[in-house]
Amino acid sequence: MDAEDIELSDDEEEITAESVLKTLQNAWQNERLAPEILPHHNDMVECMLGQIQHMERNINKLPKTDLRSCIHKMELNRIKYIICNYLKTRLGKIEKYCIAIVNEEKQRIEAGTNYLTPSEFRYAQEYITNMESHLKNTILNHVPGNMQSFELNKMAIYPNFYCHVFLKANETINGIILEDLLGDQDEEIDIEEDSQHILQYKPIADLVKNGKVQLV
Amino acid sequence: MFGEKVIELLKEAERNSDTIDLYNDEKIRQIIQEMHILFKMNMDDANATTENKSLWTTVQVRHSALERNKRCLLAYLYNRMNKIKTLRWEFGSVLPPDVRELLSDSEYEWFSKYSTNLASYMRSLGEDIGYSGIDLTENLRPPKSLYIEVLCVTDYGKLELEDGDVIMLKKNSRHYLPTEECQTLIRQGVLKQII
Repeated sequence: MDAEDIELSDDEEEITAESVLKTLQNAWQNERLAPEILPHHNDMVECMLGQIQHMERNINKLPKTDLRSCIHKMELNRIKYIICNYLKTRLGKIEKYCIAIVNEEKQRIEAGTNYLTPSEFRYAQEYITNMESHLKNTILNHVPGNMQSFELNKMAIYPNFYCHVFLKANETINGIILEDLLGDQDEEIDIEEDSQHILQYKPIADLVKNGKVQLV
Repeated sequence: MFGEKVIELLKEAERNSDTIDLYNDEKIRQIIQEMHILFKMNMDDANATTENKSLWTTVQVRHSALERNKRCLLAYLYNRMNKIKTLRWEFGSVLPPDVRELLSDSEYEWFSKYSTNLASYMRSLGEDIGYSGIDLTENLRPPKSLYIEVLCVTDYGKLELEDGDVIMLKKNSRHYLPTEECQTLIRQGVLKQII
């Protein structure tokens, strides 16, 4: 995707549409590859949506047979797909890990470091309520007395932090501690800028969130 | 043996892992009944044997059977919920009647609630910048080309395109249309993509 494709849209802003798109693409890639939900990039999404609107208006000004309009439309469709798929991936994770996410998110909201947007959080809570009432109506209210409880903790699914991911370092990072689960000999490694590795997700989770590494 | 019915139920559901089966009301009723019987037996034995511990093992085995039944029933429902979710993404908020019949009343209620919740989330997207929301159920697949060739399967009638052109969709007619605008019609089965 080169700068030319979006030149219609960026005129006076400091952050170019290109860099927003790049950030969004990285966020999308990370979100698809990471096992857990990552902090949201709502500002980027909104910024891009604004750009799309702007570009659509510009395209409509062009005559329909213009080749440029076709190319720009295609470009727009791709960007829209990225945004939709990004949001959808997040929704998928929210639904799957809803109980775990809502519990953790409540603490994070207090600390002001929320991962979900307000509407995503509302969605997750509503989702749990719906699930609970459905299970209660169908099964739980009909089984014998001591079995009726809806045990949130037993229903919760947790993301697998111990899975391995491919990653690329955006900058040199020293002293990543890899835990040795069986013994107690932890290993410490350094990774160089632009080098690629296969590592367990858990030790690098924070690095993904602050953008020091990129999942590939 | 305890818990046999519930395994039948799960096996049945697993056989068609891609599609959704008819909600097995009868079997679930039987399983719940089995649970009630087990529970009753347990209560009787537990009350009778407060001083005599010889029946405790029996009670415990029955209790595990109860726990297992509950767990399997919930798993059955949970699995179906996931399938119903895919239905929402494929068909939109209105289910075709033949699919609707496969769901129990409570499941259908859950479907409507899920649908409403999803819709209100999608409406909230981009609200701050004056957007009226994005439909995430569009753009399910990466866009390959701007226009695709489609075959019309039914007599649909007039379709107005975004740019104001009106085309007539007649049975067995072929068209070359913008991908975005025919996605919904393809999913509804009005159009078919020619590859």
